[in-house]
Amino acid sequence: MNVPRLLKAPDESALSAVITNGVPGGAMPGTRMTPDENRQLAAFVRRLGRTKAIEPFGNPQQGETLFWGKGSCGACHTVGPRGQRLGPDLTEIGVRRGPAHLRTSLLDPEAEIPDNFSVYRRVILMPDNFLQVRVVTADGKRLMGVRLNEDLLSIQLRDPSGGLHSFLKSELRELHKDWGKSPMPSYRNTLTEVELEDLVAYLVSLRGGSSE
Amino acid sequence: MPSPHWTKQNAGDKNRHRWALSHLQGLNVRVTSTCALAIFLFLALNLRTPAQVTSARLRLATAEPANWLTYSGNTQGHRFSPLAQITTDNVQRLKPVWLYQIQDLNAFQTSPIVVDGVMYISEPPSHATALDTRTGRPLWVYRRPIPSDVGVCCGQVNKGLALLGDTLFLGTVDAHLVALDARSGHVRWDVKVADYTTGHSITAAPLIVKDQVVVGISGGEYGIRGFLDAYDPKSGARRWRFSTVPGPGNPGNQTWAGESWKTGSAGTWVTGSYDPALNLLYWGTGNPGPDYNGTVREGDNLYSNCLLALDPDTGQLKWHFQFTPHDVHDWDANHVPVLIDAAIQGVLRKLVVVANRNAFFYVLDRQTGEFLLGKPYAKQTWAKGLDRKGRPIVLPGTEPTTQGTAVYPGLHGATNWASPTYAPKTGLLYVAAREEGTITYRATSAYKPGAYFTAGGMKGIPGVEPSGSVKAIEAITGQIRWEFPLHSPPWAGLLSTAGGLVFGGTNEGNVFALHAESGKLLWSFQTGGPIIANPISYSSGGKQHVAIAAGRTLLAFAIE
Repeated sequence: MNVPRLLKAPDESALSAVITNGVPGGAMPGTRMTPDENRQLAAFVRRLGRTKAIEPFGNPQQGETLFWGKGSCGACHTVGPRGQRLGPDLTEIGVRRGPAHLRTSLLDPEAEIPDNFSVYRRVILMPDNFLQVRVVTADGKRLMGVRLNEDLLSIQLRDPSGGLHSFLKSELRELHKDWGKSPMPSYRNTLTEVELEDLVAYLVSLRGGSSE
Repeated sequence: MPSPHWTKQNAGDKNRHRWALSHLQGLNVRVTSTCALAIFLFLALNLRTPAQVTSARLRLATAEPANWLTYSGNTQGHRFSPLAQITTDNVQRLKPVWLYQIQDLNAFQTSPIVVDGVMYISEPPSHATALDTRTGRPLWVYRRPIPSDVGVCCGQVNKGLALLGDTLFLGTVDAHLVALDARSGHVRWDVKVADYTTGHSITAAPLIVKDQVVVGISGGEYGIRGFLDAYDPKSGARRWRFSTVPGPGNPGNQTWAGESWKTGSAGTWVTGSYDPALNLLYWGTGNPGPDYNGTVREGDNLYSNCLLALDPDTGQLKWHFQFTPHDVHDWDANHVPVLIDAAIQGVLRKLVVVANRNAFFYVLDRQTGEFLLGKPYAKQTWAKGLDRKGRPIVLPGTEPTTQGTAVYPGLHGATNWASPTYAPKTGLLYVAAREEGTITYRATSAYKPGAYFTAGGMKGIPGVEPSGSVKAIEAITGQIRWEFPLHSPPWAGLLSTAGGLVFGGTNEGNVFALHAESGKLLWSFQTGGPIIANPISYSSGGKQHVAIAAGRTLLAFAIE
């Protein structure tokens, strides 16, 4: 954890509840623990918050300019009301991820794609993992997008321009699920080292409503 | 204005008259005979006939296909409906005719009972409701307060009720067995089966066997010592208890190292089956405790992961078959045992077939427990095969480790508690199959009463999205006739019908009907909520209906 304040667990009972129930609609599943184990884990999590946070040394204002400019990050990500929602929302990314993770995400986006599946995915109302999907329709139209939802008979996508699509699987000639692939490009050859640090500093500063 | 549907009920008029009069007399109302007749007519037009389900009716349950009298539809565990109004030709016209919604947020897992126009369902955590099958409107509700410190591994849920005479039986998550008046939901008796503070609970539907109520216990992840109980339906007195983990001096105790039997688990949390002709009760048992660390309980760990055959009059064990000796993967054998009579090599035999969580399909002689056949029906990476007695030949390096071991099937098994269904015409056992490997970890865990006692954990295999299917398995040979793919590993069970259909559900909310012979998808409906329950079929107003719980809703479908 990057910061001592947990947005979804502002007090002890909320933290205990999050450990037990997970974060509905989010990636974190519930856990089955005894009350003692729950208390021990909560105490450990709070100790993490007392560890000195690693501060990035880039310039966050410069990073913000890069985000909306040279990086074109807003084409796929939202921060507050701005941007597009193809990939994850980044409004609070600085609360969830530290500088090292964010740096890796920029240089090697596919390295950090979640690589396993919560085994208790009984409620699959909205699947996780922003799976990249490519389809070919019955009339030959090709479309790439991010999976929004899927069931026995249908699949729903968002394309890179933000458009929403719903297909019956029977209407598709081809359906490819690109496990481990990301539509996000690597910035290894696009940004200088200084620019990379500035962008990381900006992302770390994104903490939603938190004043920390 | 009374519904014409109700006025057509002629059976039991005399009983209704007596019931109405006794009800009025109980209210200290003076009645003349003319007045009584008028009152009777009024009541007859407006009240339900109280259900009277005898054990004889239960033994011949499939003789009254308009009803669904017991958990699996019949005592043989088939979950098959003899109704044939809905067919492969007209199922495309199947539509929801009413919905009933629950309020609780725990999973809705009920398998309804239908008797003479009334549907009885359980609701999470441990409630019961009677619904009018024509309109879906509640007739009465029973709401049980549940202590706030109940611990259950997998949700405060309930899989269904049992009915004998005019009494409903409900197991509760605080480990009680409750008897309710089927006419009103009034509590007749309430007995404590076990101590919930030590991890015991009841989530399974009880089973009526002859003149008693048989109920299983949950708590396999809490180091309980499992058992199966039989109770007197009138008084709630316990008639017998069979301990699934034998104590010192009893056969099987020697299969537990040291004192590990005391926390051996082996729960009985899925409803069993009964053969009236052989007078044998068949029931599955769950994992040994702690789940993932077998080093603290060396030995085969009887009678965990078994199919038991018991004398229902005494609870005495007649035979057992252990699917996964010394299980370290949490492969509970809690399945509905499916009893069939079929010819093997030209000889008619009484069989029991089980698609087990460990990915093997078994055919046993249900008189003796003799192993006749076993073969994989899903991906498995843990066993070379089964020996001639059906014991698995375990491959080295497949048990959980501290670093984690990937194995198929995973924790939840190649199938789980969802009911299979057997269709006599096709001779196929239809199974809700799961393709979901896991990486399983071993840890150490000290036993504390009421605390989780699994000694390990698991996670999914990287880069692999689990999937599922409906598999049609030839019940005698174990050959897979066809597979229908599902998007994710199913928790919903299956129903087959004489109309040539197999009904099921998905985690994504699809209810579907397949052609029983070919597996072709013929119909589906998006219910909007995960389906973690078993479907049933019954008749209302002369029309065949199919009902299933999905999300927070019970849906009834029919062709209008």
